[in-house]
Amino acid sequence: MRVPLSWLREYVDLPATETGRDVQAKLVSVGLEVETVEQTGAGLKGPLVVGQVLTIEELEGFKKPIRFCTVDVGTANGTGEPQEIVCGARNFSVGDKVVVVLPGAVLPGDFAIAARKTYGKTSHGMICSTDELGMGDDGTHGIIVLPPEFEPGTDAIELLELVDEVLDIAVTPDRGYCLSMRGVARETAIAYGLPLRDPALLDVPPPNAHGYPVKVSDPFGCSNFTARTVTGLRPEARSPIWMQRRLQKAGMRTVSLAVDITNYVMLELGQPLHAYDRTRVEGTIGVRRAEQGEKLTTLDGAKRVLDAQDLVITDDRGPIGLAGVMGGADTEIADVAEDAGTTEVVIEAAHFDPIAIARTARRHKLSSEASKRFERGVDPKAAAAAAQRTVDLLVLLAGGTAEAGVTEISAPSAPRTIAMPANHPDRVAGVAYGRETVVRRLQQVGCDVYGQDELIVTVPSWRPDLAEPNDLAEEVIRLEGYENLPSTLPTPPSGRGLTDRQRLHRRIGRALAGAGYVESLSYPFIGEAVLDQLGLEKEDARRRTVTLVNPLSDEEPALRTTLLPGLLGALRRNDGRGSHDLALFETGLVFRPTGEETKAVRLPVDRRPTDEEIAGLDAALPRQPRRVAVVLAGAREQAGWWGKGRPADWADSVEAARSIAREAGVEVTVRADRHAPWHPGRCAALYVTVGGEETLFGHAGELHPRVVKELHLPERTCAMEVELDVLEQAVDGALQAPRISTFPVATQDVALVVASDVPADAVEKALREGAGELLESLRLFDVFTGEQIGEGRKSLAYALRFRAPDRTLTVEEASAARDTAVALATERTGAVLRGA
Amino acid sequence: MSAPNKSYDPVEVEALKPEEIERMRDEAFAAFAAAGDLDALAQAKTAHTGGTSPLSLANREIGALPPQAKAEAGKRVGQARGAVSKALAARQAELEAERDARVLVEEAVDVTLPYDRTPAGARHPLTTIMERVADVFVAMGYEIAEGPEVEAEWFNFDALNFVPDHPARQMQDTFFVQGADGAKGDESGVVLRTHTSPVQARSLLSRKPPVYVVCPGRVYRTDELDATHTPVFHQIELLAVDEGLTMADLKGTLDHMVQALFGPDMKTRLRPNFFPFTEPSAEMDMVCYVCRGESVGNPDRPCRTCGSEGWIELGGCGMVNPKVLVACGVDPEKYSGFAFGFGIERMLMFRHNVEDMRDMVEGDVRFTRPFGMEI
Repeated sequence: MRVPLSWLREYVDLPATETGRDVQAKLVSVGLEVETVEQTGAGLKGPLVVGQVLTIEELEGFKKPIRFCTVDVGTANGTGEPQEIVCGARNFSVGDKVVVVLPGAVLPGDFAIAARKTYGKTSHGMICSTDELGMGDDGTHGIIVLPPEFEPGTDAIELLELVDEVLDIAVTPDRGYCLSMRGVARETAIAYGLPLRDPALLDVPPPNAHGYPVKVSDPFGCSNFTARTVTGLRPEARSPIWMQRRLQKAGMRTVSLAVDITNYVMLELGQPLHAYDRTRVEGTIGVRRAEQGEKLTTLDGAKRVLDAQDLVITDDRGPIGLAGVMGGADTEIADVAEDAGTTEVVIEAAHFDPIAIARTARRHKLSSEASKRFERGVDPKAAAAAAQRTVDLLVLLAGGTAEAGVTEISAPSAPRTIAMPANHPDRVAGVAYGRETVVRRLQQVGCDVYGQDELIVTVPSWRPDLAEPNDLAEEVIRLEGYENLPSTLPTPPSGRGLTDRQRLHRRIGRALAGAGYVESLSYPFIGEAVLDQLGLEKEDARRRTVTLVNPLSDEEPALRTTLLPGLLGALRRNDGRGSHDLALFETGLVFRPTGEETKAVRLPVDRRPTDEEIAGLDAALPRQPRRVAVVLAGAREQAGWWGKGRPADWADSVEAARSIAREAGVEVTVRADRHAPWHPGRCAALYVTVGGEETLFGHAGELHPRVVKELHLPERTCAMEVELDVLEQAVDGALQAPRISTFPVATQDVALVVASDVPADAVEKALREGAGELLESLRLFDVFTGEQIGEGRKSLAYALRFRAPDRTLTVEEASAARDTAVALATERTGAVLRGA
Repeated sequence: MSAPNKSYDPVEVEALKPEEIERMRDEAFAAFAAAGDLDALAQAKTAHTGGTSPLSLANREIGALPPQAKAEAGKRVGQARGAVSKALAARQAELEAERDARVLVEEAVDVTLPYDRTPAGARHPLTTIMERVADVFVAMGYEIAEGPEVEAEWFNFDALNFVPDHPARQMQDTFFVQGADGAKGDESGVVLRTHTSPVQARSLLSRKPPVYVVCPGRVYRTDELDATHTPVFHQIELLAVDEGLTMADLKGTLDHMVQALFGPDMKTRLRPNFFPFTEPSAEMDMVCYVCRGESVGNPDRPCRTCGSEGWIELGGCGMVNPKVLVACGVDPEKYSGFAFGFGIERMLMFRHNVEDMRDMVEGDVRFTRPFGMEI
């Protein structure tokens, strides 16, 4: 809502010294979000006067038509002689009244005017357009032609109300009444403690039976309909300058007098109005719901197919307007420029159901000044006054005659009351305002208040948002000033800190960052294409996605089922920007629908839903497990003065999973696997034990070369992705402290030769089991293949450390333990002791 | 050693003459001093303190002296040997120190060599700043609550008093999820949550008051990515429901938060606003973190962060609308509450002078790495 300060002053006697910024501060403090204060005509300095064009000489020989004019500016130029002015515009004739800026003046934008030579003549000033005067571009690109009644030499700065301030207010949805001068003036009056001249306080004749016939078939959709008729309008009558200027400053275009007047009254009182050309309306005006599929061409020229829920205004032929949203083209007011200008109008001032209007506006993607106001709630009591105001202006400005007939159809309604303990605002705010203050503030906003400890508050018709005691509390608190609220701290019960799960998530982030990984937070939007590029099989569960109805990009309409697409995208982006040695990680939710999701019903809000109802809502949601993934490319260790670097490889990605599991105190079992998008020979399936069961929690390894190629990734890119929700379940209580023996250690090394396809893990497990309790630790320190070992075989060298809790082991004891370890490895894996 | 011999005249034993002993001692001193390194000193040590050194030999002769002479000679030789071994130790220490100094000089390295063998990792600043904010409240006794990002409309809107068809519901540009049966649009009743507020409703439904929770998380709105907008962003939301909570408590909690995060001289300001899930509602501003309000009315020192307003808009807050309490099964006659929420991206932008939203979403390691582990 754009509010010219000069207009606002019409309703509130603000001190003359009060600037737009001052008013802004006051309105902000009572809760109106005044976003900007625009200075119109800032820096403007006269002389700027009305002139009458005396002569026009067309100058020839220039690229564009140029006119050399003499203009009568009265005595504004000091001499009374005609002023010689060169002008490039053509939309004026001899005798027209125009706006002339004289030498010595300064136009907005620091544009100083002086006599200057141009097109072979000396121009002593300028004939002005709206643009040049900071009035906004009216789209004509011509100069202003004024109505003939002004005398040459009249000050045009005042005439055109050029110097003003315009407050731009972002009206929140609960404050529909502030989409009017009346509403903003009311808030201003309260903020300044000044009286309000309410423009809706008009003498309105009582309804009678002679008005234009109206039939409301849907009193719920339309609780109020006032119709008035004005005849004898002069079709050539134009909107006076003051009205044009106010409309312009408020951000509206001027159209024709009748339309301008309805817009003006809407801005003034907040009541949307519609003017019908009476000669183009056939029979009774009706209000009803549309029939499904009915058609209407609205004022904007759009042909619309109506829905059975749309409220329409009809005449005998059918719909002539979308109620409260936009009128129809058939009954449009005709301007003088057309064959026959409108001379008789029927004024509609009605009150429509906010929800019906909101739905219709949304359904037809048609948000108008009228629908914006109806959606937010229009004062139902303002309709008659608004109609009267419109009639008055049509009579005054268009020479019309008000017909005596007054149609008013209104559904009976009782004033709304709210019961509230007088100390309720105090309890909400934590401030002792006292009953007196509470009552005074509520009366200021227009409420009638009765009662002592328990107040009965009747809310004003323009405040449909006031419905609950807390709404009233807000009125009191905001007017007493949010800035005056004290600052106290509540004392919550002692907290339990983070949950184990939350701590684990943080630890994992730190562990990965500590290991050199940089966190990335990718968008979760994906498309089919990337799933194809990852080489996922048709039946892969990761292809079952949650799909958006209105995605930002049709290429990526789904939500991620794996973190890899986003993370690999970040890897590629970094690589493309010249960072080639990369280790990235991401944690976040993936969205894994089962296809069994139900429809989420709309539960009531007037009671707690039952546990079954909540479970029903949750059943509508996909599974959303939290995952962590890493991707690596380039060097894991840089080359440098210390020696060679080391490229990132599959083992780094597996180690990332192990370090994550370590944070949870959980052991990972690794098995070879074939799983997209990994390299079939370099893919590790990762398992943890959940409730005694080995459970898959993710994969790691090098990516499939085809995937690397498809996604344009660096060679040998590696990746790991695991599900934290599974890891969390594997966490197994508090760690049991190990017993530390201080007896000496006995070390035995063994090299075992096995077939190349025997997993090292199997050999290690056998050794551990075979070595028994004396084994303190075991470490694989070398893997060797070569001629000495033989084709298809590998040698695994282990260091075994034995120690007893209660004595020094003899060599024989250690050797015996080693031998049983080897024997079990031989039995399980075919291992042969090397050199044996 | 010679056996005691009465016929032997001790005075005649050349080696035990005082001047001889002194000479032996001085020769040892000289030899030690002359030894230029530890090897030479080891030789001098053998020569002057070993079993066949003159002083050792002289010592053996003492036994041959008559008793009254033994004491005197013994004392003389003993003192000389003591002095020699002391001199040896001193020289030994001296030479060792010299050697050590030399070796350590030889072993010196250029400690200014860079070492970026494994470049450091980092957590994303949005993650760490969110933790930091949450921890302020955890320290006060709040708990961290989480919820799904694909959420039922009832939780995202209805339970929070976003009435269907009310303009407020259109304030947040919502991603709608297709139903499992291919049903389109709002028919599935499921959306990407547009704010972290549904976690409020879930918290109230799953806990008994008093409830003090903080809800950080990812939220979604249908904005195109540009320098100041992103369709995927982060919020942190606070909810307190207890007996007798007031707006003054809300104000105090906000003041505490900004002071904990931005310094003890920080303050907040509340301005009336409208949100469906709070009533009364307020917009919350904090003193500009960059200019601390000093740019106001000071054209020489304009502040880009706050536009020289002196205040930064941080988020929305208010007293939990009793309708929300009712929908979540909390008795509004007995309990009241407050809530507030704000965008993490915005806080990161002004706290760390981030100019472009895209830097936070692209995952460029050059942006993230300097933020390290904590923020």
